[in-house]
Amino acid sequence: MLSRDVADDAELELGLGLSIGGRTKHGSSREYGRILTAQDFPSLVSKAIINSNNVASVSGTKRAAAEPASQEGGGDDSPTSASQIVGWPPIRSYRMNSLSNQAKAPHSMEGKRTVSKKDELNHTPEGNRLYDRKTSGAVKEAQNLGFVKVSVDGIPIGRKVDLNAHTSYETLAHALVNMFFRSMNPIGDGEKELVNRPSKLLDGLSAFVLTYEDKEGDWMLVGDVPWGMFLSSVKRLRIMRTSEAGGLAMRSQEINWNQMERRNPI
Amino acid sequence: MNYFPDEVIEQVFDYVTSHQDRNSISLVCKSWYRIERLSRQRVFIGNCYSISPDKVIERFPAIRSLSLKGKPHFADFNLVPYDWGGHVYPWIVAMAKSKVNLEEIRLKRMVVSDESLELISSSFANFTSLVLVSCEGFTTNGLKAVAANCSLLRELDLQENEVEDHRSQWLNHFPESSTSLVTLNFSCLKGEINLAALERLVARSPNLKTLRVNRAVTLDSLQKILSWAPQLMDLGVGSFIHDPDSETFYKLKNTIVQCKSITSLSGFLEVAPYCLPAIYPVCSNLTSLNLSYALGIPASELIKLIRHCKRLQRLWILDCIGDKGLEVVASNCKDLQELRVFPSDPFGAGNTVVTEEGLVAISFGCKKLNSLLYFCHQMTNAALITVANNCPNFVRFRLCILDPTKADPLTQQPLDEGFGAIVQSCKGLKRLSLSGLLTDMVFLYIGMYAEQLEMLSVAFAGKSDKGMIYVLNGCKKLRKLEVRDSPFGDAALLADPGKYETMRSLWMSSCEVTLGACKALARKMPMLNVEIIDDSELTVDEALCGGAPVAVTADGDDKQKVEKMYLYRTLAGPRNDAPEFVCTL
Repeated sequence: MLSRDVADDAELELGLGLSIGGRTKHGSSREYGRILTAQDFPSLVSKAIINSNNVASVSGTKRAAAEPASQEGGGDDSPTSASQIVGWPPIRSYRMNSLSNQAKAPHSMEGKRTVSKKDELNHTPEGNRLYDRKTSGAVKEAQNLGFVKVSVDGIPIGRKVDLNAHTSYETLAHALVNMFFRSMNPIGDGEKELVNRPSKLLDGLSAFVLTYEDKEGDWMLVGDVPWGMFLSSVKRLRIMRTSEAGGLAMRSQEINWNQMERRNPI
Repeated sequence: MNYFPDEVIEQVFDYVTSHQDRNSISLVCKSWYRIERLSRQRVFIGNCYSISPDKVIERFPAIRSLSLKGKPHFADFNLVPYDWGGHVYPWIVAMAKSKVNLEEIRLKRMVVSDESLELISSSFANFTSLVLVSCEGFTTNGLKAVAANCSLLRELDLQENEVEDHRSQWLNHFPESSTSLVTLNFSCLKGEINLAALERLVARSPNLKTLRVNRAVTLDSLQKILSWAPQLMDLGVGSFIHDPDSETFYKLKNTIVQCKSITSLSGFLEVAPYCLPAIYPVCSNLTSLNLSYALGIPASELIKLIRHCKRLQRLWILDCIGDKGLEVVASNCKDLQELRVFPSDPFGAGNTVVTEEGLVAISFGCKKLNSLLYFCHQMTNAALITVANNCPNFVRFRLCILDPTKADPLTQQPLDEGFGAIVQSCKGLKRLSLSGLLTDMVFLYIGMYAEQLEMLSVAFAGKSDKGMIYVLNGCKKLRKLEVRDSPFGDAALLADPGKYETMRSLWMSSCEVTLGACKALARKMPMLNVEIIDDSELTVDEALCGGAPVAVTADGDDKQKVEKMYLYRTLAGPRNDAPEFVCTL
């Protein structure tokens, strides 16, 4: 549903706005993967407006978020497709990150409050928990805002990726590959090709490894710790040349998510 | 022409403080130009690439205060790659070398390195004031240098910057002799703070009027700080959670009652609703209240709080206050001038918390309203027309409908008429942000009526080049135009090339502009920098082989569309710090 024609628009399949670029290597006319389609805007009166606009993802912030959503077949009934547009809604990234961090941070409120008989002060039907995720839709959605910077050795353009739009290392790696690397020769079903690709970043077999800087300032290989733990400690990402990642454990074996005792970044 | 000696004229000029007025003065005649430039102390450069630092120093040798803006506004929304530029370091180097007596630096959307901060702290003996807004690139180490070396520091104001925490204990580095602080705002810092050092610093700063702390400052510590600084006028609270039955909380309530000068309250980066009543005693004096970071406060609590704030002039709030809450604001806050309603749930499906009804209620109650930023899920033409009639004093009107091309839900029509009413009624409108379904009509109205408009933000709007042309032709005072995802192309871009020399900048992204047209414009207007920003990616194979991307050049096919273009007038020529993905044509 993202691209109109699956068969010959393999590049658009990948894509989420992978611009072919000024170097005209891949065709003389610039095409852009479209994040927006008319279907995304049920309220749209004039399709001409959207069809004439090519929204290419540029700083890569929302592309990561958009792809999983589209692959889910748009089952989500949400009329607001704001999450699929880069840089929309226009809220300063500082504010977005701040909302996200507030939602994420563990609150040791329980320690600061005794079980109080003064219920009149905190009289909300949802209960006493300030950040009760079940009821606070705002907080839940705010979790979707966690941009960290990503840089790649050899590519001068930094990007930001929304970590909270991902639920696993696979989708993150998938999105990063999409963001920085494009396959020249998609084989038939472009999406299957991509699904296989990210594991290369993770299992150390390719020329690049994915690393991250944690809260302590140390650079670690991505994939060592459970996803949730990674989310709470990651500060930024770097796709490093394997040759320069010598200090980090060089691994050729499969990642074992259960090996929690290996590293505790906190 | 001069009937008075220069010194007298200079005295007169001292009363002229606005930058635009001083610019006008300097155009009157040669001797006024000379007197003005030698006496100007406050210099404002809206685009750091429009002129070189050396030229600024040459023209204004008496400069004491430098204000600079760097990245284009859309950088706030991640539309500009973060290595684009906007570095302050060359400016600091130039100022330091020339030995000007710089006292104040105010930066917005610039890249500030620790090196820059260190250089500032060591180069200017009388340095008193550092204000950084939406900047990045520095760490707490840079702050350490400023704290330690700027012995006359009065103002350290960090607003919404991305600062890396290196656990530098920077606050400890204010020397014991430092007693001059008037403003200290570190609310955006994410790391820990030595609370004892902060308390001591506040205790020895009798002139402290503004204090905005970060999340690491607990309610406990806040109580102690406030007991040292009852003279505070502007307080930004960090963590506001505590057991309301505790002794600490009791003490806090009493301490707050003593702070009779507080007129501005903000922060609440972490807050429990049951703690809010502690601030009720100061609410009646409040003219400014910012709860836009206070997630998790239910509407009922917000409403209770607002009822105490009868003197409010500025309110920044989250949309969970709801339409009903805004009705309470409308009936309580008759002096309200500025309202900002932020979405607590930007990607949500629309628990429609605020709609056009809230805004209409506000317009009936708050007749002095002149500045608005309103995020909502829907808007109607009828509502906008009502608002326009009720509030003709808008200077800033920024409406963001979260679904960017949403029509009027009542009529399915575009919102052209609604915004048209706004520009027709608000004769003093200087800044406008559009959203919702919009055709070329809205731009026709803007061109016809928005005579004072200086800044226009457009997203997903318009039908043809005519839209943009109406604006360029009609808005004589236009300084900044930023457009994204709209069908404006070469005809619009090239309709009036001379116009861009009267403006600070133009941003167009995801529009229909081609490389050829940009080149033509650049050729025609040598006083403009026309930058093409190109986020090309490497192919996998190139990356795997350790390849580096080819720099963006102007050699592409002229017919290809340009993804992002940023042009600005400049006296400095193409900039020499442009990264590879930026090409100045």
